[in-house]
Amino acid sequence: MRQVIIIGSGPAGYTAGIYAARANFKPLIIASSVEAGGELMNTTEVENFPGFPEGIMGPELMQKMQEQAEKFGAEVLLDDVTSVELAGDVKKVTTGGGQTFEALTVIVATGSAYRKLGLPDEDRLSGHGVSWCATCDGFFFRQKTVAIVGGGDSAMEEANFLTRFADKVYVIHRSETLRASKIMQDRAQANPKIEFLWNSAVSSVNGADALTSVTLTDTVSGDTRDLPLDGLFIAIGNDPRTHLVHGQLELTTEGTIAVKGRSSKTSISGVFAAGDVIDPTYRQAITAAASGTVAALDAEHFLQALPAETLAQVDNH
Amino acid sequence: MSAAPAVTDASFAADVLASSKPVLVDFWAEWCGPCRAVGPILDQLRVEHGDKLEIVKLNVDENPQTAAQFQITSIPAMKVFQNGEVVKTIIGAKPKPALEADLAAFIG
Repeated sequence: MRQVIIIGSGPAGYTAGIYAARANFKPLIIASSVEAGGELMNTTEVENFPGFPEGIMGPELMQKMQEQAEKFGAEVLLDDVTSVELAGDVKKVTTGGGQTFEALTVIVATGSAYRKLGLPDEDRLSGHGVSWCATCDGFFFRQKTVAIVGGGDSAMEEANFLTRFADKVYVIHRSETLRASKIMQDRAQANPKIEFLWNSAVSSVNGADALTSVTLTDTVSGDTRDLPLDGLFIAIGNDPRTHLVHGQLELTTEGTIAVKGRSSKTSISGVFAAGDVIDPTYRQAITAAASGTVAALDAEHFLQALPAETLAQVDNH
Repeated sequence: MSAAPAVTDASFAADVLASSKPVLVDFWAEWCGPCRAVGPILDQLRVEHGDKLEIVKLNVDENPQTAAQFQITSIPAMKVFQNGEVVKTIIGAKPKPALEADLAAFIG
């Protein structure tokens, strides 16, 4: 049995790992098999993480966080958690590889998952012109016409990134105002290859074997028109990834895991949550990292208060 | 990145299309994070099922002709070729159990 199991390996998971490891809890970080490092693995330059005035590539930042956690004794497992049993004093965590681990505390840092448009042909055309990863797929749209749906920082960053390859990048946005930070907006608006399509919603994605166009509905007038496209990138936000804990942990009306006040304490004693999975608002690498710190400290206080005979069961396996 | 043997634009016809055994081609690139994540899983599948299914990789940066021929617009893309035809396409990095389920017809 372990003292701490951390589920997730974004900034929240790895930072919780650094703190828990430095407290000598030898945490097990179950990082996922194909999404280890989390959302920043699919970004390019991170310019707003303190300490990196020249910027740092998202994957490199995550690699460094992992190394820092491992340096202090965290164990990183590249597997996916398929189920958890959180009630009771001993928590059980089972992976896709068929292993079940036990721990006195669990930190849930499962982050969020890309939101889909929810259109009928979206899945069929995914990989055939419809994509959620500009850094993976932008390369295939050299001298093509593409669009990105969304109005946040991710959408602006990806629009700029896509201009390295595409001749023309439309930004399709539902309203006339962007959520993106000023610097990201200015950069996109100054880019001659980017054209904003305001008050526009994608109402269908069209194409037989590959995407050929999207239908846009004007959100003010209701008029529709077809926009011929080779590629459509979707960056309309994320939903907290809570399916593992449904029916076990209390959720908020926004779908995040409910925590008590400014702590990471969930509705079950010994279970803590951190990062985007509890945060419907800020969702930054640095706020997730801070949240991971809170969870590790809360777990530490919880463990310190346990009776010696309970702690005696810990063997770090 | 997977340790699978690399195929190229030049070798594709001989290594993949003319193979008597089904061949899974992993279309990948250095700059694709999910490609690097799925590589080790493909390596495991190659060790466990290599007798039934060949697994090779094709770098789309260095071999644009083949990537264009098979209309690759999203990576990782894994295509299974049998008798010179694409018989299965898997898009995106997936955990091992999900890949095993997708490939059950070839490795089962």
